Amino acid sequence: MGALITVAKREFAGYFATPVAAIFLIIFLALVAAITFFIGYFLERGNADLQPFFNFHPWLYLFFAPALSMRLWAEERRQGTIELFLTLPIPLWAAVLGKFVAAWMFLGLALVLTFPMWVTVNVLGEPDNGVILASYLGSFLMAGGYLAIGSCLSAATKNQVIAFVLTVTVAFLFTAGGAGFLSDLVAEFVSKSVLDGIAGVSVLPHFNQIVKGMIAFKDLAYFVALIVAWLLATMVLVDYKKAG
Amino acid sequence: MADMIVADALVKDFGAHRAVDAVSLTVKRGEVLGFLGPNGAGKSTTMKMLTGFLKPTSGRAEIMGHDVAVDAMAARRMLGYLPEGAPLYPDMTPWGFLHFCAETRGLRGRDRTAKVTAAIERTNLEGVVMQTIDTLSKGFKRRVGLAQALLHDPDVLILDEPTDGLDPNQKHEVRELIREIAPEKAIVISTHILEEVDAICSRAVIIAAGKVIADGSPAALAERSPLFNAVAVLLPKDMAAAGKAALEALDQVAEVRVQALADGLAKLIVAPKNKQTILNTVAGALADANVEAISIRPEAAALEDLFRQLTRGTEQEAA
Repeated sequence: MGALITVAKREFAGYFATPVAAIFLIIFLALVAAITFFIGYFLERGNADLQPFFNFHPWLYLFFAPALSMRLWAEERRQGTIELFLTLPIPLWAAVLGKFVAAWMFLGLALVLTFPMWVTVNVLGEPDNGVILASYLGSFLMAGGYLAIGSCLSAATKNQVIAFVLTVTVAFLFTAGGAGFLSDLVAEFVSKSVLDGIAGVSVLPHFNQIVKGMIAFKDLAYFVALIVAWLLATMVLVDYKKAG
Repeated sequence: MADMIVADALVKDFGAHRAVDAVSLTVKRGEVLGFLGPNGAGKSTTMKMLTGFLKPTSGRAEIMGHDVAVDAMAARRMLGYLPEGAPLYPDMTPWGFLHFCAETRGLRGRDRTAKVTAAIERTNLEGVVMQTIDTLSKGFKRRVGLAQALLHDPDVLILDEPTDGLDPNQKHEVRELIREIAPEKAIVISTHILEEVDAICSRAVIIAAGKVIADGSPAALAERSPLFNAVAVLLPKDMAAAGKAALEALDQVAEVRVQALADGLAKLIVAPKNKQTILNTVAGALADANVEAISIRPEAAALEDLFRQLTRGTEQEAA
């Protein structure tokens, strides 16, 4: 546990060692606001909820999560520091989880900083704050899922750009698999059972349930399973790849 | 005394290429083992297996009695490791980096600060501890890597080219440091500087094409070279032929090699028969032949000569 916290602390502070953290936060928050107001018609809808805000989170994470996760392992391998890192008395699980937690906390921080949206909607009307809280939780869990994918694919290469592109691609499949417009698009070429299979592992149906205020165990379990599975894959990959 | 570092028939294959071929070693407390070999001979790969970073294809390694594969955490706690090229986190300061390393080693609070401060003093990093690592010179970076390895006062040190990239003063300091701590520890260093082996190692292991081809004290290894107890004569170039002839006539001399030097000088390397001492004989023979030598001294290149003999033609692409 101590090792996990040590790793997470170093990694988290690492985001702030360069202007990366500030730039990331500013752009993320600006984009969240712009999308919510201009694409989501937050004001025009006349509803006191944050649906238009949360609806875009999967698509935002699609790019922002890989930007945070891409360096987690790729940079260790490129710099050669992985050899130092993995010969310190840190168990592999703590190394993998610590790095993931750092990225997750950072994205969590970005999410917390969207609180003016919550303030706004409470000033303008009387939203169901329970649903909003649930949505934040769902969004945070979903962010974890994307970052876990990114962690794994960052361990697959020593090039951050490749890690980024791979993660966006895989995360896109995990997102778009459940989006109606895309399954319609490929419905002609792919059988129904394959489509259902893809939709079944997609984050969207699960997230949409939570945003509607319906917190079911299976949706939460889905995100936890997503994170655990990709982190286990990260462990396997880190262990396997260090030899090469 | 128990063996603190054990390598038992370590083998590492990269695809079809066998990088390390059945390397076995043991290192006891107080020993400094110098690991020698051409680039790509398998030095770093062997060291990576000793630290548990690389899994051997077959064979096993132990640190302080802990198998590095089975009991990895216990082994790593007793190990200080400087990886090849001293990789460091460029965005951190040495101060932050060393605190991070100390924390992973379970050091907290005052104890941690004391250990970090001691490591900084030992490696003379005081002036740069608050600069980010990517702004440091190569020498400082190497010393930060050393500080990290020494931080927790480990029983076992594995240092991959600890003096690479250092200037002569820094090299000297690092050697002094290793000499100072050596009696308490078991140390493996890799190097391709042979004088370093003479200077600090109690034992030299020469590895080529993944195999151990010589293992002994530097003096014992030097003895295996035909240049053991050889004499070097520095003289004007036009005297070289006469000197060579005079020396070759001696019964005690096996061979005389001539090297042309700059400034109209030449060097004769005189190898003795049967490893005998021939310094005075050589001096006398040159005086008798009226050859005026500028200097006559023992030739110290025996270990280097042996190294070249044993490893010639074995050089490969680094794995």
